[in-house]
Formats: sequence, structure tokens, C-alpha cells
Amino acid sequence: MEAIFLAFILMLSMFLGFELISKVPATLHTPLMSGANAISGITIVGALLSAGSGQGAMATWLGAAAVAFATVNVVGGYMVTDRMLAMFRKKDGGA
Amino acid sequence: MSEQLINLAYIVAAILFIYGLKQLGSPATARRGNLLSSVGMLIAIVVTLLSKQILEFEWIIGAAAAGALIGFFAARLVAMTSMPEMVALFNGSGGIASLLVGWAALYNVGNTTFTVVTIFLSILIGGVTFSGSLVAWGKLSEVMPSKAIVFAGQRVVNGALLIAIVTAGVMFCMEPTIMSYEFMAVVVLSLILGVMVVIPIGGADMPVVISLLNAYSGLAACAAGFAINNNILIVAGSLVGAAGMILTNIMCKAMNRSLANVLFSGFGAVKTATKVEGEVKPIVAEDAYLILEAASSVTFVPGYGMAVAQAQHVVRELGELLEANGADVSYAVHPVAGRMPGHMNVLLAEANVPYDQLVEMDDINPRIKNIDVAVVIGANDVVNPAARNDENSPIYGMPIINVDHARTVFVLKRSMAAGFSGVDNPLFFGENTRMLFGDAKASISAVIAQFKG
Repeated sequence: MEAIFLAFILMLSMFLGFELISKVPATLHTPLMSGANAISGITIVGALLSAGSGQGAMATWLGAAAVAFATVNVVGGYMVTDRMLAMFRKKDGGA
Repeated sequence: MSEQLINLAYIVAAILFIYGLKQLGSPATARRGNLLSSVGMLIAIVVTLLSKQILEFEWIIGAAAAGALIGFFAARLVAMTSMPEMVALFNGSGGIASLLVGWAALYNVGNTTFTVVTIFLSILIGGVTFSGSLVAWGKLSEVMPSKAIVFAGQRVVNGALLIAIVTAGVMFCMEPTIMSYEFMAVVVLSLILGVMVVIPIGGADMPVVISLLNAYSGLAACAAGFAINNNILIVAGSLVGAAGMILTNIMCKAMNRSLANVLFSGFGAVKTATKVEGEVKPIVAEDAYLILEAASSVTFVPGYGMAVAQAQHVVRELGELLEANGADVSYAVHPVAGRMPGHMNVLLAEANVPYDQLVEMDDINPRIKNIDVAVVIGANDVVNPAARNDENSPIYGMPIINVDHARTVFVLKRSMAAGFSGVDNPLFFGENTRMLFGDAKASISAVIAQFKG
């Protein structure tokens, strides 16, 4: 049952994703991609759970390595997206 | 924090991701959208740290600090021209993280077969994303040749690789022992598969690869979510997966090719374009100035060459001068111009071009006949009329910006060499085409000097 429930979530989020993204103008494709990429760093949640749950040395190390990589993804991804978006401005100043 | 409270917070995080992505759809709200999505991420991380499952923090603090430092400096220091490489590396780090999360999940007690299958998937997709992104990075940064790497028997090798992975995967799922040969085979073969998938794809197809790897990094996180039974990973991962797939689809459409065609056939391997012959009409900066000065509408069509020449700032300066001169100025960007989707837009935005002057291919083509001067800067395939006329051309059928229909076309080109894909471009011999040879930045600066002089 659990698996079915999770698959249900998966299906709905996929459709939602398609709906959300299909209308993004080409101008914003690069920031969209790097912003979405930052969201894929959500795997950090799984990494934290593995690194901190005390299931033996190996699981901890694997988790810690995953935390490091996922943090690069999250921090770098959001910051670089923000840096790009800060440059997009309308004519005559103003965002 | 109780399990229920944590899941409630995950719902809030998911809402922020969704709302953030929605706001990323318009230049006016995009920055706020990104901020919202990062707040969502922060909430997800903080509540996870507060959960009872986390007993020890030493490793987490060290690893997170190291990662944050690397991410911070990478994001700060990267040049906008190198953005595709940067995104590839970030993708790769997300992929390897998902692989490691899947691996670590093997140490959980009482994994069902379903869970083990999803562990296998997160290792597979994570591994492909990681090594594939590294190869993409190598190609984009020209550490390795950016051309398609093809060899005899490539399909046989790839087929064998796939069979090997499936076999190892099935054996592993039936008897999930950690550090068994099957397990190690799955890890190693996934990494090899990532390399094999990306090497046959040539430089001009990179926008597709980057989008696809982006989708994979989301799907890897999604699989990791199944492996550890965590719904925020599934929601966020599948949102990213969907986003990546849509962008991949847009890029393929913009090249009039199916995804299978991009992935499995080296560019230009099948057809050779009809050789076009004709006379090239060169022009010097002085004459270019006279034509531009008289023009009432000018559109710039940038390509990757503009990034290489770092010409975006002088282009903007020329655009401003033309506007002051009374001309209507726009920048027409082809969806696959550059090395990642929207790359040119970011470079022009960096050079302070307002986004309302950036127009898409479908907006400019219907009115290109009324444009006095189209200035092509470092673009080739995306303005090649052979895509419309020459059935033998490898890019036949690809939608292009019809600059040859403008009243006058200036093509800025370093010299008379074939473009990236080695396709001859009849545009260069067009009746209304004038070639401005030399470094794009120097050429435009020379025109600007004429304006100011």
C-alpha cells in the first residue's frame, strides 16, 4: 500500500511539473534549469537522514559524502540562479 | 519533532517549491520565485535536522560546511559564459548524492523487494547523471573534444552494457547483499553507462544533453525518495524531472529531431549538404555604419560565437546607439543558440539588455521581412537557410530564424570556415548578405567608433 501511495504522489507531481514548466518563456530557460537543478538537491534530506541516524560507520560516511555533494548542489544552484535573475531587468531600470 | 509535524513541514516546503517554480515563469517574478523555492529547501533541511532519527551531527556539520563553501564560491566566481559547465557540475553533484543516498539506504533494516528495486534505480540514475554530467562538463569546457565520439560497434557495446546492468540489477534485487559483486557491478556499470550515453553527442546538441541530465538528476532524487520512503524527495524530484523533460522536448523540437535521433546518431554522420558556391560580399566597418545609421529597425541574432568573443557588452552598446538614432532594436534568440537553453538571454541580460528587447524565434520570423538590418553574431546553423531549402542538409527541417528574408543581413564571422557542424551555409552567399570579417568584438567596436566619430 505504501508503494502505491508514493506512486500516486509521483504521478501527481509529474503532471504538476509539466503544467508549471510548459509555459516558461525561452528567455528564462537557463535560470529555470539551474533553479530546478537546485531543487533536485532535495536529496540532501535523504543524505542527512543517512549521515545522522547512526546505522554504522559505512552508512554514516556514505551519508556524509552525500550531504557534501547535495549541499554543493543546493547552495551553488540557488545562488547562481539568483545571480542570473538579478541581471534580468526591464527597460528603464526596475526589475 | 514528531513524524506528523515533519510531514506537515514537508508539505509547506513542497508548496514553496511549486509556487517558486510557477514564479520562475515570468522575468518580473522569477527572482522572488527562486527565493521562495530556497526557503522551501531551508524548511525541509531544518525540520529533517530536528527529527528524532538524527542522532549525531559531527559528520553532518563538517560535510555541509564543506559543500556550502564549494557551492558558494563556485556560484560567485563562475563567468556567465561558463554557465553551461557550471550547471553540468551542479547536476553531477546532485546525481552522485542520490547514488550515495541509495547506497546508504541498503544499510536500513527490513528493506522490502520494492525498496531494493528503488535503491537499484537511484544508484543507476544517480550514477548515469554523475558520470554523464562530468563528460558534459568536459565537452563544454573543452577539456575533451566537443565533437561526437563514435566508434565501430558502439551500439553493440551499449547494448551489451544495458543487458549487463539489467542482469546485475535483477541479481542484486533478488539477493540484496551489500558489497556483493552484483552490487559493485551495478555501481560501476551505471557510471560507465553515463559516459557512453554522452560521448556520442556532439557540441551543437549540448542543450539537449544538459536538459536531459537535469531531468535525470530530478528522477534520481525521486528514486532515492522511494528508497528511503520520503515523500518530499519524490515530490521535488519529480517536479525537476518533469521540468527537465519539457526542456529536453523543447530543445528537440527546436532542432526538428527526435530525442532518439539526438541520442543515438552522431551529428552529420548520415547526410552531406549540397555544396553551395557563390560570391561572398565583404563589407568594412565604415560601410556597415552607413547602412545601420539609415536603418529604422535592427535585430541582432546572437550565437555561441558571441559568447566566445565576449562581444555581448559591445553589442548592447551598439544597440543603445542605434536606439538613440531612432531605430527599433531587438535581439532575436533561437531556442538552441549557445550551449544550453536560454544561454544567450543570460549573456545579454548580463550586458544590461532589457528583457523586453529579447524576442523569440516565433515572434521575429513573421515580421522579419520588415526588418532593415539583421546582424548575425557568431550564429551559423540557427540562421542557415539550407534548413528550409536543402533536403540533403543534415539540419533540414530545423526551424531557423529567417534572417535571409530581412532587407539586409550582416554576418559577423572570424573567417570563412564552416560552422560548428561543418555545414555550408548558403546565407553567406545571399544577395542581401554582407560579411563583416574579423573578431566580433573588434568589428562591432569599429562600427561603434564610426557612430561616435
